[in-house]
Amino acid sequence: MTDLTGLTIAQAREKLTTKQISAVELTEAYIGAIEAANSSLNAYVAVTPDKAREMAKASDARIADGNAGALEGIPLGIKDLFATEGVHTQAASHILDGFKPRYESAVTANLWADGAVMLGKLNMDEFAMGSSNETSHYGPVKSPWRATGSHEDRVPGGSSGGSAAAVAARLCAGATATDTGGSIRQPAALTGTVGIKPTYGRCSRWGIAAFASSLDQAGPIARDVRDCAILLKSMASTDARDTTSVDREVPDYEASVGRSVKGLRIGIPKEYRMDGMPAEIETLWQQGIEWLRDAGAEIVDVSLPHTKYALPAYYIVAPAEASSNLARYDGVRYGLRVPGGNLAEMYENTRAEGFGREVKRRIMIGTYVLSAGYYDAYYLQAQKVRTLIKRDFETVYADGIDALLTPATPSAAFAIGDQEMNSDPVKMYLNDVFTVTVNMAGLPGLAVPAGLSGEGLPLGLQLIGRPFDEETLFAAGSVIEKAAGSFAPARWW
Amino acid sequence: MSVDADTVRRVARLARIAVTEDDVPAMQNELNAILGFVEQLSEVDVSGVEPMTSVTPMEMKKRVDGVTEGDRASDIVANAPLTEDNFFLVPKVVE
Repeated sequence: MTDLTGLTIAQAREKLTTKQISAVELTEAYIGAIEAANSSLNAYVAVTPDKAREMAKASDARIADGNAGALEGIPLGIKDLFATEGVHTQAASHILDGFKPRYESAVTANLWADGAVMLGKLNMDEFAMGSSNETSHYGPVKSPWRATGSHEDRVPGGSSGGSAAAVAARLCAGATATDTGGSIRQPAALTGTVGIKPTYGRCSRWGIAAFASSLDQAGPIARDVRDCAILLKSMASTDARDTTSVDREVPDYEASVGRSVKGLRIGIPKEYRMDGMPAEIETLWQQGIEWLRDAGAEIVDVSLPHTKYALPAYYIVAPAEASSNLARYDGVRYGLRVPGGNLAEMYENTRAEGFGREVKRRIMIGTYVLSAGYYDAYYLQAQKVRTLIKRDFETVYADGIDALLTPATPSAAFAIGDQEMNSDPVKMYLNDVFTVTVNMAGLPGLAVPAGLSGEGLPLGLQLIGRPFDEETLFAAGSVIEKAAGSFAPARWW
Repeated sequence: MSVDADTVRRVARLARIAVTEDDVPAMQNELNAILGFVEQLSEVDVSGVEPMTSVTPMEMKKRVDGVTEGDRASDIVANAPLTEDNFFLVPKVVE
C-alpha cells in the first residue's frame, strides 16, 4: 500500500468516503510519521495519539452511518496558540507551563464538528512573536527543506513554523495557523506550502491566545490551494463570542479553485520592488505575472504609496496591543509562578522568567509607546498611518483592481541561528515587509509556492484580495499552482 | 527619541518584568534600535487623518446584558498555581 500520508485532504476525503481506506488507518499512518520524524524536526510540542485514535474511530463510525462531515477523518495539526480542551496549550511559552484549558477555541471546535482528527499541538514562535520559530520555549523547528547538497538546518519561518514544517514533511494532512504580521504566509512561502490569512473577522478569535487583537487572524496551511480552501470553509464562522466576528455566510471556497481568471485585473504594486531585493525574487514575481497574463488576467501597474511605513507602524501597534494582552500572565490564574517577597515582586519574577527575550522586548516597546508623554508621538501617529495604508488599498480596489500580486518574502529561508538575524531585531522584522501591510489593512492574503531559489529552497508569491473576497485568491492562486507545480522536500530526517 | 538606562528600568517596572543590572545595557540597545526604525513614521503627513480604531467598517456587536454561563468556579481556578476553596492565592497584600 502506498504511504497514506502522501494524500492531499481532497484525495483522502475521496478515499475515506468511498471506504477505500479507514480514518483509523489514515491516522495511524500520521502517528507513525510523527514518531519517526519529530525528534529531528521538532514540529510538534505535544502529540495526542490516544485522542487521535479515538476521534478517528468515531469518524469511521460516522462514515459507516452515512453521517460524514466535511473533514471527516482528516488528521490535522493544531498550532499551540489555539485552546484545546484538556490538551497542552502554551503558545510555546514557559509562562503557560502546564496550562490545559477547560474550553475549546471556536476554530478548533468548528474543525472537530466537521469530523477532523487532532494529531497534536504544533510548535511556534513564543506567543506568535517571531519570523523563524526560534523564539519558542521548546526550541526551534527545523525546516524539512535544505539547500541542495547542504546539511545546514534552515528555519521554516514563523511564527507558524511548526504548522508549515509539519505540512511540508507530511506529519499532518493540514494545519491551523495564525497570522498577525505574516505568520501564516511567510512560513508557507519558506516551506513550499500554501497558506491563507483570511479577511479580519472571518475566523473567530475566541480561544486563540491573543497577541495583537486588531491584527490576529486564524487560517490554514496546507499542501495545495484546494486543501486550503477546504480547511478555511470549516474554520471560518460567525461567532457571538468574538465581537469582531463578521455576520456573513461562509462561501464554498472550494468551488472557486480552478475558476477562470479571465478578465480579472491584477495589480502589481511598484512599492514592493525593494532596494536590495535578490534578483531571483524579482524573476519569480515576473514569472507569476506572466502566468496570470497567460491565463487571461489583465496586469495593471499600481501604487500603494505608504507601503514602506507599514512595518514601522506595525512595530508600534502590535507591541502596544501585546503589552496589554500579555498583562494577564501574572502567575496568579494559570501557568508559571515564581515567588517573590510581595505581590509585585512575584509578578515581576514570574514574567522575567516566564517570557522569552523577544516577548519581553515587545512588551517593553509596547509599554513605552503607550506610556504618558509618548502616546501621541508613537501610538496615535501609527494608527493614523494605518488609516493611510488601508486607504492606499481602498483606492486601487475602487479603481477596479480585483487582487494584487507581490512576492511573499524578501528571500528564501535562512539558517537556524543566523548571526545577522539574531543580533539585529529589525533585520528579523524585515522578513514580514511584504505581508504586514495586509494585516494593517485587515485584508485577505494567500501565499502560494512559485518556484525554487538557486540554492533549491522554496519561494512563494502572495496574492492580496478585497475584503472577504478569498475566492478570487483561491482562483488566481490555483493558476500559479498549476503553472509552477508542487514542491516537496527530499527526505533527510 | 532614544531611551536611557533609567527609562529602561522604569518601563520594565511598568511592564512588571524584573530586570537585572546586567540586562539593562542590551535591552537599552535593542529598544533604541527598534525606536530608531519606527522613527521614520514622523515624516508622514497625517494632518486631517483619523487614527484607525476598527479595521473592518462595522459597528461593535452588542449582546443582551444577561447571564449566559456561569457556575464554573472550579474550571476557572483549575489551572492556577495556588488556590484554596476556589479562590486564587497570592502573597499577602494588606498587613
